[in-house]
Amino acid sequence: MTNQSTGAALCALMLLGADLASGTAQAQTAQAMAQNCFVCHGPGAKGALAIVALAGRPKELIAQQMLAFKADQRQGTIMNRIAKGYGDEQIAAIAEFVAKLPK
Amino acid sequence: MAQLSRRKLLATASLAASTLAAPRIARGAAPRVVVVGGGFGGATAAKYLKLADRNLAVTLIERDARFVTCPFSNYVLGGFRRMEQLTQSYDALGKRHGVSVLRGEATGIDTARKRVTIAGGRQLSYDRLIVSPGVDMNFSAVPGYDAKAAERVPHAWKVGAQTLLLRRQLEAMKDGGTFILCAPANPFRCPPGPYERVSLIAWYLKNRKPKSKILLLDAKDNFSKQGLFQAAWESEYPGMITWIAGKDGGVVERVDARAMSVKAGFGEEKGDVINFIPPQSAGRIARDAGLADERGWCPIDPMSFASTRVKEVYVIGDAAIAGAMPKSGSSANAQAKLAAAAIVASLANKAPDVPALLNICYSLVTPEYGISVTDVYRATPQGITPTPNAGGVSPALASAADRKLEAEYTQAWYRAITADGWG
Repeated sequence: MTNQSTGAALCALMLLGADLASGTAQAQTAQAMAQNCFVCHGPGAKGALAIVALAGRPKELIAQQMLAFKADQRQGTIMNRIAKGYGDEQIAAIAEFVAKLPK
Repeated sequence: MAQLSRRKLLATASLAASTLAAPRIARGAAPRVVVVGGGFGGATAAKYLKLADRNLAVTLIERDARFVTCPFSNYVLGGFRRMEQLTQSYDALGKRHGVSVLRGEATGIDTARKRVTIAGGRQLSYDRLIVSPGVDMNFSAVPGYDAKAAERVPHAWKVGAQTLLLRRQLEAMKDGGTFILCAPANPFRCPPGPYERVSLIAWYLKNRKPKSKILLLDAKDNFSKQGLFQAAWESEYPGMITWIAGKDGGVVERVDARAMSVKAGFGEEKGDVINFIPPQSAGRIARDAGLADERGWCPIDPMSFASTRVKEVYVIGDAAIAGAMPKSGSSANAQAKLAAAAIVASLANKAPDVPALLNICYSLVTPEYGISVTDVYRATPQGITPTPNAGGVSPALASAADRKLEAEYTQAWYRAITADGWG
């Protein structure tokens, strides 16, 4: 490993350390997480065929649905498995980001 | 003496390149990011670089005028999709997003001088480079299987002429014939791909040539979405598909393309149509540039997808060693966004964000029966691992309605991911 990449890795490790120490995932930006939704919900979360658009919908609604999938209170096909990969604060951050995207 | 002066010359040139590059950006010139390869990884990375910073000079080098996706090429083999429906244009990347799309084959990377050479001799300098070359078939791994043999025994693991060849062979096969598919050991592109392929060829044969049989010779003892695939084979294609695990003799030792047979521990098997999927490695340009290790794949820093071997070069997609992430279009999409963000941060001398990585792979076992696997990953400098108690495959006991819904979502996923990369 080069000095530079060791440096980068250390920086990232420190960020992650802070993240773990505070018990939240605030260091992981909402944008980075939310952009991964686009792979099914379409670029900008504008929807794709049978998969619903999320852009511009109320953040409370998005978060509530994600939390319901996570708790298996709402039965989906794949969303239950995906929602379980995120902490509640991460879900809130994703919902806030997606809610601000233009419809 | 000559050697000494050449070395000195190289050192001087390298020093000149590195000292010139920094002031260039410091003077306010747009940083130059070059992306090699316009597949799921490269196209998505080029677009997200421009979305993140409109001022970057982003050049995408791609050999072909259009990109045909490997995902959904099994549907061409099943006979319910045409190649044109899998074809992506680079127009939007150029016109909507301001990416310079340079058509040509990148033939080499001079990592000391930070330049990419394109066939014909043109050279392109970069401040940061993303290499997304996909895979090469290894034509020397199994005796009897080389590029020539692939003209009779297609791999069809790169979409195009090989896909159409295999489709024509299946169309010409007699009812009651035997189709053999040989699946490689890990790691390889698209882990559920061979099993989706067998499923959809079974669907075609069941409808058109129902007396036919399928033999699946596997170098592995288990495979992606195994329980779901095997249950679906029982219910949808009873008696048609025989899977031989590696431990039971499924490892192919030799291919005879003339005799149309394969020699496995299981025995010498003759097929009317044989699809041999060989072992693979990172695309040649990555290996030639010293980005790959002795296994032929490219080690990266999980936090940024920066190469651990060459400075200021990032490797994404199938060529990268990405821990628990499968070699898939969806992995490449997530890695592209991560590398793009890491490059923007690095050019601004900022620490990168903590990575967010996700993979979603759908497979069809019939056109109306879909199954999926997904994981949300945690990246640390030590590696990439799935989040515990999350992700995984579709439930074993799902209703027919849910399988149908997942088949619909398969189509939607394709629409979304291709629009995310090329739209």
